[in-house]
Amino acid sequence: MRALLIRDLRLATRAGGGFGLGLAFFLILCTLVPFGVGPDAAMLSPIAPGILWVGALLSCLLSLDRIFALDHEDGSLDLLATAPIPLEAVVAVKAAAHWLTTGLPLTLAAPIFALLLHLPGAATGDLVLSLLIGTPALSLLGAFGAALTVGLRRGGLLLSLLVLPLYVPTLIFGAEIVRRGAIGADAASPLALLAGITLLSAALIPFAAAAALRINLR
Amino acid sequence: MSIWEYANPVRFMRSTAKLLPWVVAAAAICVTAGLVWGVLTPPDYRQGSTVKIMFLHVPAALMAINGWLMMLVASLIWLIRRHHVSALAAKAAAPIGAVMTVIALVTGAIWGQPMWGTWWEWDPRLTSFLILFLFYLGYIALWSAIEDPDSAADLTGVLCLVGSVFALLSRYAVNFWNQGLHQGASLSVAPGERMSEVYRYPLYLCMLGFFLLFLALLLIRTRTEIRLRRTAALRAREARR
Amino acid sequence: MSMLAVRDLAVARGGMRVAEGISFTLDPGKALILRGPNGIGKTTLLRTIAGLQPPAAGQIETTPDSLAYAAHADGLKSALSVAENLRFWASIFGAQGIDAALSALDLTGLADRPAGTLSAGQKRRLGLARLLVTGRLVWLLDEPTVSLDADAVALFGQVIRAHLRTGGAALIASHIDLGLPEAEMLDLTPHRAAPRGANAVPAGFNEAFG
Repeated sequence: MRALLIRDLRLATRAGGGFGLGLAFFLILCTLVPFGVGPDAAMLSPIAPGILWVGALLSCLLSLDRIFALDHEDGSLDLLATAPIPLEAVVAVKAAAHWLTTGLPLTLAAPIFALLLHLPGAATGDLVLSLLIGTPALSLLGAFGAALTVGLRRGGLLLSLLVLPLYVPTLIFGAEIVRRGAIGADAASPLALLAGITLLSAALIPFAAAAALRINLR
Repeated sequence: MSIWEYANPVRFMRSTAKLLPWVVAAAAICVTAGLVWGVLTPPDYRQGSTVKIMFLHVPAALMAINGWLMMLVASLIWLIRRHHVSALAAKAAAPIGAVMTVIALVTGAIWGQPMWGTWWEWDPRLTSFLILFLFYLGYIALWSAIEDPDSAADLTGVLCLVGSVFALLSRYAVNFWNQGLHQGASLSVAPGERMSEVYRYPLYLCMLGFFLLFLALLLIRTRTEIRLRRTAALRAREARR
Repeated sequence: MSMLAVRDLAVARGGMRVAEGISFTLDPGKALILRGPNGIGKTTLLRTIAGLQPPAAGQIETTPDSLAYAAHADGLKSALSVAENLRFWASIFGAQGIDAALSALDLTGLADRPAGTLSAGQKRRLGLARLLVTGRLVWLLDEPTVSLDADAVALFGQVIRAHLRTGGAALIASHIDLGLPEAEMLDLTPHRAAPRGANAVPAGFNEAFG
């Protein structure tokens, strides 16, 4: 299992691995939003929590189809399915690798993007915390969508259509935490609910995604 | 005889062929009678005659949710007992449920305009229905994207199970996110907000009518799906020769 | 005791049985070569035995964790070097060294080359080297000699013989002569599936509605 994690991380960071694309996309998004709504800090500041969370969600979406599609194309997935690690563990490890290469960098870089959008300084901690807790759920749910569409040649658009509705609860609680942080309100209950969703995804999704992979490998 | 015998495609086709005209007729009578009775009700003292859109809005919303529940049950039967008709019934229910969701959303907007002064309000109930519509779209899109019917049936079944969990979560998340303007449940048993009998009985009739309409459409669509699968199977057999 | 026993197996592809009534056993030190025209179900049979798809009927008996499957595709990552590719599979299967596998397939000189720069035949050899690091006793090979030249086919023959000598076994789907005169043959042509009987469990939609 550790070998699989190391291999996926190595592949993501080598040439053609696409590491950093998500961050670049996030940066572009945070640059474009002020062009759309105007440079006024009084305008940007209240919408910053939502934009930052939607941006994180979309950047995460970009690299989802790589989770299983590349391994399916070159036959590794067949070989992994016949290897002595359960497919559920393969899903969990691959989702973890996806999070380490997209969700975690996004979380760490988020304070800089928050400056661009004039997020109130008091909410920066809440932003980082909410992304840290919430982005693993995005990677897990994304892995489920990727497992469903792995056999399809042009599954990318369908993948977004399947995964985005699943992201709704995560987005609602994640953005709510940052919004409450910005006005200095207590964010404990959305924080607990967000953590609950991540834990539920971690418990449920490896099994569902492994089932979908087995169906696609038949 | 076990109830599962009806899951056999041939038996299903034979028994539904006899049943279908009766269901269609009953649906037509109930929907027409319910809507006419509904239109003839006196205007509400607060909402005026706008209230009459309720006779479309509430049954459609009910069927939108029931459509998903039916898909969930049919998917479970397919995944556990491997009855092919069940998978096709789940497939057939999705577009009907999606259309019911659209009817509920559109009538909700038309009802909301004079009441709340806006065509669209991010009210938790309306928002939940919009999210439900997105789930329907994803389910339908996955069915149509996969060529192999066996994989398509299994994968959409898994999606339906996971989607149900997250649709329910979204429902509560949306409640948390915005408390809303929507009036309480139409048929609430809590005292005080209870609807007058003048409206309640035609509404019951409309709900029965929409249920029968849903059933009739479901039977027709399932029969069509069975015929399509039969054609595809015969083609596959020819290709094998 | 046999390492792999298949009894009255039927396999399905695209919701229809392609081959049925397949029975054989594979003892240590034996190789069995699957023959038959395209579409008869050689690949489907290997995938079914490997556990990638359920059998339509019949039983497959094997000791747990004894099978290693090699498909058409070699499962190589072009961004990783030959040694990195092989070391990954070695650690997945809990094996130690990769040097023996590299030298057995004449890949030692290529160990540090990225797998993406290898020729088709070299990739295939790397794919076969993967079998050696799995440490599994029963090899399921799907057209293992595709894109190999005559020398490499001979090398492959040596690898297989060495595997059989040490108590291994192999089930190979192949059209060409592998230079393994001692191997038994199983022609799947007589096992082509007949139309399904009324009471049999359908293998998929096409049989349920056919």
